[in-house]
Amino acid sequence: MAHLDALSALSVHHLTKKYSGVTVLDRVDLSVRPGEILALLGENGAGKSTLMKILSGIHRPDDGRIEFFGREIELRGPKQAQALGINIIHQELNIVANRTVAQNIFLGREPPATWLPAWSGWIDIARMNADAQGLLREVGLASLAPSARCAELSTAQQQLVEIARAISTESKIILMDEPTSSLSAAQVESLFQLMRRLRSGGLGVILTTHRIEEAFEIADRIVILRDGKLVADRPAKETRPQEVIQWMVGRPVGQLFPERSSAPHKDLLQVNGLSGGKVREVSFAVRRGEVFGLGGLMGSGRTEVARLLFGADRAERGDIVLNGRKARIASPEDAVALGVGFVPEDRKLQALILDLAVRQNMVLASLRSFSRGGVIRRKAIERSVGAYVRDLNVQLRSASQHVRFLSGGNQQKVVLAKWLMLSPRILILDEPTRGIDVGAKAEIYALIDRLASTGIAIVMISSELPELLGMSDRVGVMSEGRLVGVLDRREATPETVMRLASMGKAALEGGAR
Amino acid sequence: MSDERRDATVPGAPRRRTALLAFERFYRSSEAGTLAAVVLLMVLLTFANNQFLTRDNLIFTARSFSFIAIAAMGACFVIIVGGIDLSVGSVMGLAGVVAAFLSSHGYGTIPSVVGALLVGTVSGLLNGLLIAKGGLAPFIVTLGTLSIFRSFVYIVTGGFPMQGFGPSLLWLGQGFFIGIPMPVWIMVVFWILLTFVLRRMRLGWYAYSIGGNEEAARLSGLPVDRVKVLVYVIAGLMGAIGGLLLVARLGVGESTAGLGYELNVIAAAVIGGVSLKGGQGSAFSAVLGAALIGVLNNGLVLLGVGEYLQQLVIGAVIILAVSIDRIRAKNFA
Repeated sequence: MAHLDALSALSVHHLTKKYSGVTVLDRVDLSVRPGEILALLGENGAGKSTLMKILSGIHRPDDGRIEFFGREIELRGPKQAQALGINIIHQELNIVANRTVAQNIFLGREPPATWLPAWSGWIDIARMNADAQGLLREVGLASLAPSARCAELSTAQQQLVEIARAISTESKIILMDEPTSSLSAAQVESLFQLMRRLRSGGLGVILTTHRIEEAFEIADRIVILRDGKLVADRPAKETRPQEVIQWMVGRPVGQLFPERSSAPHKDLLQVNGLSGGKVREVSFAVRRGEVFGLGGLMGSGRTEVARLLFGADRAERGDIVLNGRKARIASPEDAVALGVGFVPEDRKLQALILDLAVRQNMVLASLRSFSRGGVIRRKAIERSVGAYVRDLNVQLRSASQHVRFLSGGNQQKVVLAKWLMLSPRILILDEPTRGIDVGAKAEIYALIDRLASTGIAIVMISSELPELLGMSDRVGVMSEGRLVGVLDRREATPETVMRLASMGKAALEGGAR
Repeated sequence: MSDERRDATVPGAPRRRTALLAFERFYRSSEAGTLAAVVLLMVLLTFANNQFLTRDNLIFTARSFSFIAIAAMGACFVIIVGGIDLSVGSVMGLAGVVAAFLSSHGYGTIPSVVGALLVGTVSGLLNGLLIAKGGLAPFIVTLGTLSIFRSFVYIVTGGFPMQGFGPSLLWLGQGFFIGIPMPVWIMVVFWILLTFVLRRMRLGWYAYSIGGNEEAARLSGLPVDRVKVLVYVIAGLMGAIGGLLLVARLGVGESTAGLGYELNVIAAAVIGGVSLKGGQGSAFSAVLGAALIGVLNNGLVLLGVGEYLQQLVIGAVIILAVSIDRIRAKNFA
């Protein structure tokens, strides 16, 4: 190992990170050499982002060593990492939209005017723009004026501006978190050309991506994380995509999931040609008592489908047919009136009023049925809230407790109770177990199964393949805003789902279906 | 929501500690600090000046802040849904002079009062529709209507004070019932009414939910826009009632009626512990905030402190009240 380390620009040894007792990274060894592109692959939650954040100084490891050109270093913050020459380009870009390209590139490092003392704070704008022009040429944006406002740039251009900023600081390592997630095929190609140029200039690059074929196109080496452990570190040339998928998903689906007991009946929900935002022509049907899983990569349009169904966003085209009758859903209010419930992916921002009592959160959607002439029937609420607290086994001190102080699992149970009180016909669940401990997960799975068996049609979005496959009667897979396939229980395997999901735009346009 | 911190349903909650818990919960509530400040101030003033704790002084102090308190309860409702109403001073003025105009032109008390309430409803509706349906920022909309409504006040009065109200309109502002001034009675009635709406009615629960997390409220199917419009209408009505009583108390409808009152009204709500972030507050806190300002003003007059310094003291109290609230929130978080 010693001779390898001498060659590597950045390496980590036995890196371990825990969040409140949960091991997110478990003794990870990894190194990147100058002039090498490394692709970091793994499912959602495998630990990729955490590793990138540690390498860029945002988080600190609990255990393990980090070496930079053979010297052990301690990364105390992103500033220090940047000073060393380690830059990260986040998936969510770090651009001040109202400032110019040059101002963004030199943010916090504006060149001082030479003819005045430095403390005067006077900026040499001409030099800043000239330097910016040179950097823009290097990243292939020669046509862009340094004085253009960043708000007017496309996402791809903003990303290149960030790369220009990174190389302006004499970067040795660039970390890129999902750099291609919002780029078109042509933009991806030009980004890859730039990355190859940077590589030949001796830069080390680590990137994460969901699209496996891209990793093979750009990377010299492929590293796979699963459940926080490094499971494979192979030269790209000696690896096949099939192996990568197996490494990524290769864990047993345990007894977390109930034996699905429902016997589906006829269609309750039909979606025909639904389009709006990034969603294009999505059609599917869900039967009474069925759990219809919706899979796909992050950003593939799963959540957007859910929001269109619920009226949270406006559909441009398409019909929603409920129980054989065409439904007009223009707002969540309409959806709720029709008996549609929606558990959104971010429960704290989108589902709960954190500083109100559990009681008020639970009755929020069904308050109409708990009031007469606008006056609240408190006794009825107490009875119902008490019943759901017991039934769903919500751990709390009292129904008056503010939801903020409950654990994630119990908060999610409150959200579910809110919809159950409405006696819904259709329940849309977006990442129903995100950030929840295993015990509460199993309870929520059992609940979903029970709800389906009472005849509710359930649409469940999940990024966790075991969950998606363990719970769904059928799995629809989204990619690039389209529903690219619907698999029934026997067909749906980690491999088939991943293959459909990571079909890039190129594959779609090339008529892979 | 202060009452919702009460233990009720969950089995196993020890009953015998209920009284203690109730006290602790009140102690932690945002109203407790203001109540303590009002009581402390009253004790201090009792010792500092022998005229303070007299029946007349207390009654007239209460009447002097009742106009603000009534409008502040409406403002509090708006702040609970996460909004703000800067136009309240102009609404008070416009409602007051419209009533004065009608009464001094020989209309009876009922048409005059209805005229004032109509002003409150229409102005609230305008604010609410622009904010909820138009999607404009409450601060900007009500800053604009503050100016617009004041302009109407000048148009109605023509710049001249209007006098010669009917006796029963004057009685609303100047009269007494069982020894207590009418504006104080009306304040108490609305205090009870609004407390009921906030705690026991769907509208109140929706208001706290929308102010607490508008996105979650919308995604729970709440009629967010309609609730907001209704709340601005209620605030307009409360402002109109406050303004009507103010003008009836003075016996004159002037173009300066209610001028600058929006600051006192919002200050009362904030001093009472209503958070401008929305989602919390009560009618009680608005009344307490107005009471603190009223008692403070009265005390400063009794102690011979000049008018110029009074503004300084009020300003300092606003900042003090909010910083105490922050410290309290941190300690109990």
